[in-house]
Amino acid sequence: MSESRKLTRRQVLQGTAAAGALGMLGNVEWIGQAWGASGKVKMGFIFVGPRDDYGYNQAHFEGKSAVAKLDWTKAFDEEKVPETIEVQKTMESMIKLDGAQVLFPTSFGYFDPHILKVAPQFPKTQFLHCGGLYQEGKHPKNVGSYFGFIDESQYIAGIVAGGMSKSGKLGFVAAKPIPQVLRNINNYTLGARSIRPTCTVNVIFTGDWSLPVREAEATNSLVDQGIDVVTCHVDSPKVVITTAEKRGVYCTGYHCDQSKLAPKGYLTGAEWNWAKVYMDYAEMIRKGQKIPNLVRGGLKEGIVRVSDYNQVVTEAVRKQADAAKDKFMSGGMVVYKGPIKDNTGRVVIAAGKEHVQTDIWLESMDWLVEGVIGSTKS
Amino acid sequence: MEVGWWGVLIAVLGGAIRIGTPFLFVSLGECLTEKSGRINLGLEGTLVMGAMTGYAVSLHSGSPWLGVLCAGLAGMVLGALHSWLCSFQRVNDIAVGIAMMLFGTGLAFFLGKPYIQPSAPRLPSIDLGGWSDLPQLEAALQINALFLLGIVVAVLMGWMLKNTAWGLKVRVVGESADAARALGLPVDRIRIMSTAMGGFLAGIGGSYLSLYYPFNWSEGLSSGQGLMAVALVIFARWQPIGCLWVSLLWGGAAALGPSLQSVGITGGYYIFNAIPYIMTLAMMIITCSPRRTLVGAPHELTVTR
Repeated sequence: MSESRKLTRRQVLQGTAAAGALGMLGNVEWIGQAWGASGKVKMGFIFVGPRDDYGYNQAHFEGKSAVAKLDWTKAFDEEKVPETIEVQKTMESMIKLDGAQVLFPTSFGYFDPHILKVAPQFPKTQFLHCGGLYQEGKHPKNVGSYFGFIDESQYIAGIVAGGMSKSGKLGFVAAKPIPQVLRNINNYTLGARSIRPTCTVNVIFTGDWSLPVREAEATNSLVDQGIDVVTCHVDSPKVVITTAEKRGVYCTGYHCDQSKLAPKGYLTGAEWNWAKVYMDYAEMIRKGQKIPNLVRGGLKEGIVRVSDYNQVVTEAVRKQADAAKDKFMSGGMVVYKGPIKDNTGRVVIAAGKEHVQTDIWLESMDWLVEGVIGSTKS
Repeated sequence: MEVGWWGVLIAVLGGAIRIGTPFLFVSLGECLTEKSGRINLGLEGTLVMGAMTGYAVSLHSGSPWLGVLCAGLAGMVLGALHSWLCSFQRVNDIAVGIAMMLFGTGLAFFLGKPYIQPSAPRLPSIDLGGWSDLPQLEAALQINALFLLGIVVAVLMGWMLKNTAWGLKVRVVGESADAARALGLPVDRIRIMSTAMGGFLAGIGGSYLSLYYPFNWSEGLSSGQGLMAVALVIFARWQPIGCLWVSLLWGGAAALGPSLQSVGITGGYYIFNAIPYIMTLAMMIITCSPRRTLVGAPHELTVTR
């Protein structure tokens, strides 16, 4: 008993001395800035799920790994950080302990209120959020956002799917009817119908981002209905892809390349290419350039890409897909060009009217295009 | 071939077997444990641990069946740990169970990190639908040997509990520990063995998830199936054969939501997806009565005592 008390007293003394030393250095933030000035660009990445989920988080992690290879950067990350006060703690420790000059909190829910709360306390650190929520004048100056138009890749994947399907019936396993997901479904459908106007896309909403059993059931049910190309928008497409392969139907991927999981049936897929975005940011910081608050882009800017076509994809289909891709690359493609009806028959975009990719109107999408079998109502 | 609305029926049939199998194993494990007078809520953790162990062993050894065995053994260790902790005086088995649930899932997530991405060898399936020329029905009747094993275990466990000396001992310990002690039965040892066996079965249930259907190791794999199985034992009235029927019913209900959407019933999918849970609640309400305890409930259970 007495021994432990002695130990405690000693610890208390040590603790006080350490606190005093820290106090002399002024404030803790200063330490971080001093280390940050050591020459290397220090970048911190925060993921909401595991780094290697064959999905959203892996796509970001691959981007991080690409910048980490440069000899003038130092990149660090933390995975499975919930969208709670936890992420605020992670951001603070990355700035104070690792000296991060720029943070990439990648999950949608990190922005409000977490980034908005932490950013004003560290005006010299950049907070770049994936999701495109930044609004000028409303949000702190050291905050920015970046996002990719992956629906462009989905349009191409839709062309390949529509071209390769025998039945003309495609299937889409989706998590929730939010605008981002609906936009992917609609682009996929419009892509397929651009070359085969009778194509239908049957949507199954599972209700959440990661429900492996229900995703497998949904895939099986779609195949039972004669659907012969399946795709998805869930956190990790692994289950949908492997189930489709087992049932002997085609599939197209999402988030990153899943061709290894389904060598026979993986036609192509819509992939992120975050490496490009992160490299650009690193370069800007190294050169001391001002970082833009809003970075967006699609196929043309290299932020998204399309997986290599499977060897079974026929020459004719490749040509049609590549033609559309070239149009995106030249910037001349407008997917949402009237007349477009939704799947209840209502005209949503009148003839002669068009909404270009950056049109804010598209970000509040709450309808499914003609040809989709499914409903946004829960 | 077009199946249309028959697709829903096929999906429910296939789902009953596909989704029901892990429920069957976990509920059989829980049934045995509860027969000996203990509740093991930690089976959720055991299921997840079993899933991870099975996947990892299958990946490293190349043999999915070895994975199943190791998943069972991992579950056995967790079950033994639970019942050993509970054998101390005044230790509440529900509280220990919750601790074991968190421990099991936490440990599995921690150790399972490197296994999220690689693809392990899958358990083979048996074609029982070869007689049908309907590919959809054929796919639904592609079943895994573990399902058949589960049926055998259910029948065997029911028979042993009823007709053997071993079964009688387990039941006595579950009905009245005092009577068991008066008979000279080692109460703690019997409970430890029953819970460890229960953990073994739950571990196998976990390996079914990761090695057969949906065939993937991820942290969202179980989503509460281990806990649901505990409730299933109550509907099954602590009868192993009952566990089989209830698991099948459950699996079928879980398949209803996605299959209705596939035939074009696109509204109300949150409700349809919630059918299994609504069923649980309804059955709880129908079967509960303030005037009597449930038929078949072992008297030593902390919840009935």
